[in-house]
Amino acid sequence: MGWQPVILWADGLIWLTVAAVGLLFWRGADGFRAGWQHLWRKPVAMAAGLVLLCYVGIGLLDSLHFRLRLPAQAGMSAQYSVEVNSVLDVLIAHLNAYPEQTYSAPLAKHLFVKMPTILPDGHLALTYPDLTLYQAQKLGHDEQRARGRGQEKIRLGLRGVLVGVLLAAAMTLLFAGWQAYREGMPLRDLLRTALQGKHPLPWRTGWATLTVLCVLGAMMAEWSTVYHVLGTDKIGQDVLYQSMKGVRTGLMMGTLTTLVTLPLAVGLGIAAGYFGGWVDDVIQYIYTTLNSIPGVLLIVAAVLLMQGFIETHPALFDSAASRADFRLLFLCGILGVTSWTSLCRVLRGETFKLREQDYVLAARTLGVSDWRIMGRHVLPNLLHLILISMVMDFSGFVLAEAVLSYLGVGVDPAMASWGNMINAARLELSREPVVWWPLASAFGWMFVLVLSANLFADSLREAFDPLGRRR
Amino acid sequence: MMTYLLRRLAYAVPILLGVNLLTFSLFFMVNTPDDMARMHLGVKHVTQPAIEAWKVQHGYAQPLFYNAREPGWRAWRDTLFFNQSVHMFALDFGESDDGRNIGEALRARAGPSLSIALPTFVLGLWVNIGLALMLVWARASWLDRFGVTATVVLMSVSSLFYIIAGQYWVAHLWRLVPISGFVPGADSWHFVLLPIVVSVMAGVGNGTRWYRSIFLEEIGKDYVRTARAKGLNESHVLFRHVLQNGLIPILTGAVAVLPLLFMGSLLTESFFGIPGLGSYVIDAIQAQDFAVVRAMVFIGSVLYLIGLWLTDLAYSWADPRVRFS
Repeated sequence: MGWQPVILWADGLIWLTVAAVGLLFWRGADGFRAGWQHLWRKPVAMAAGLVLLCYVGIGLLDSLHFRLRLPAQAGMSAQYSVEVNSVLDVLIAHLNAYPEQTYSAPLAKHLFVKMPTILPDGHLALTYPDLTLYQAQKLGHDEQRARGRGQEKIRLGLRGVLVGVLLAAAMTLLFAGWQAYREGMPLRDLLRTALQGKHPLPWRTGWATLTVLCVLGAMMAEWSTVYHVLGTDKIGQDVLYQSMKGVRTGLMMGTLTTLVTLPLAVGLGIAAGYFGGWVDDVIQYIYTTLNSIPGVLLIVAAVLLMQGFIETHPALFDSAASRADFRLLFLCGILGVTSWTSLCRVLRGETFKLREQDYVLAARTLGVSDWRIMGRHVLPNLLHLILISMVMDFSGFVLAEAVLSYLGVGVDPAMASWGNMINAARLELSREPVVWWPLASAFGWMFVLVLSANLFADSLREAFDPLGRRR
Repeated sequence: MMTYLLRRLAYAVPILLGVNLLTFSLFFMVNTPDDMARMHLGVKHVTQPAIEAWKVQHGYAQPLFYNAREPGWRAWRDTLFFNQSVHMFALDFGESDDGRNIGEALRARAGPSLSIALPTFVLGLWVNIGLALMLVWARASWLDRFGVTATVVLMSVSSLFYIIAGQYWVAHLWRLVPISGFVPGADSWHFVLLPIVVSVMAGVGNGTRWYRSIFLEEIGKDYVRTARAKGLNESHVLFRHVLQNGLIPILTGAVAVLPLLFMGSLLTESFFGIPGLGSYVIDAIQAQDFAVVRAMVFIGSVLYLIGLWLTDLAYSWADPRVRFS
């Protein structure tokens, strides 16, 4: 079956970012690399970083979009499906392959609400119907397996634990082998020092984190063949599927918004601090004005206007995915425009100090141009501040997505996001009996991402900013 | 001193002009009066005369920036921008789309907003400073490490979660307070109790962490070492010296947000059904009432600038070393 790649704008930007970060590692300045190596020696950074990598992996898999070719028809050129899918969609398609009628609890066999069903004796009664996923399992497998279903939860879970532990051990060994090769040390020695905790890298923390991640992943994968692991929502969609699809949206919000703030904050901050005078006045005026407008209101107003624009120009967007993509980018843009000012102020102040440094004066007397001084002497000395602020803002933007979606000015309502999940589930806690899993799932996935980003940011600040300067 | 503060006050004028220009462009150029009329009259099947009539009725009939039909300076005066700006600066916000006076609504709704925001602010300040002092007191111990981890965890929870969880447990399961609603007067306390507690909870992680870092910075300074060398005990050092000096950045920072308390909180007010300014904005957003949003943006900017000005004032009052030129 043929396929055609679809590069949405947000995808392109995110892959460019990945490439840029990779380049920074590969060809980065020595000081930068040293700080980075220092960072991985902290157990907290190692654990948080591995969790973040896991999220990034899911998000990147969800950012490879394509359209499938429709079955060929005689005498026609190749036609592609209107639906845009991602690699992640294909990988976890089985989660959503059996939509239910409505709510079902995590790992349940039955729907959560009673439905009128026709019993075998022909009577109509209110019962909890079997899940379609369960029925499909019964048809697909032999009788014995269906009967053994009571123990199946445990059996599958244990198999998941086993697979997870083995997978984590294998991955740790692989890394250990690579590290041993790099250090020119026999693998056995490295493993011994690692187990005793004498190696500079926190191997035990890394191994434990990998084990937790792999076990959770493998258990979910095992269970998801027979159950809806996190239950289903009001319209019967798998909650695990939606939560995983929400990862991309959360990461996009965090990353792209940071990307929008960077050029504004860095460019204007350095210019204001370096040139001073009227340039400084103008830039200060711009950011004070922007700051004085309540950020939420500006975002709300801009998003309302954009909604109007989309309504009046339907021809510009050829698919629902590209409309959602445009909306996401716009949201990142406007959120970025309202939140670059604090970093800009910090960089301006720091540049003021750097400008008076001897090496800058020396460069100036040697006739080096202003642009070159800013690029070669000022910017590299601000990199740690920029990096710290980037990572610290990231979690704020992820949280902002949920709030904005709740206010109705967030990402496209059709787009899978944690904010939309929370918004859709806002009345579920007042139901009797209570439906807690869609909310818990959305908050849980968001919490783990934001917590690990925050912990990572803390370690990053300590590693790159030894003086402990605060913003 | 006086001239400095007056000059700072004058500095606000160009910023307000900028805000006004920005919001005007956003609301009237991107979304022209014609678009507004079309939106209100139904998107399809709208005739041009109907649009013109709507514009005249709502006072949007003049051109945006330059009125070519009028001679001389009146070409600039008889425009939408000029008239809207004059009204804005006179704090006359006109009518919302449902025909009510915006100014009156603002006055009526500021009270309920403040009844949540002010106690939250004061209580939050006390709780955060208290917790931060406790962590600094126990610095480099297991309590400090636990506290710092707890603040990171609290910071990482979505504010929506605090509200939803608070409503579910406190109001729905335990039935201690009503889930939402508001009555004016003294009886309002059991309606505002939960929103206040929830808002303080939501801010405690960030605030405690920040104040802890301020106190820690203060505790490394020379005067603290001198105080200890004099033989003062730790609690005296902490509560007399560190607290007082640490309070300068904390209180001046707090003064900056004081005027903004009038704006209320969008989330809290909408979840708890408080008829304040935050829920006013939410209603306006849902009804796409741009006049209200624009008025709120302007008021928010004015309050922010008042906050900046008060910060200057507070600095010169709290820290005699600060001299302005």
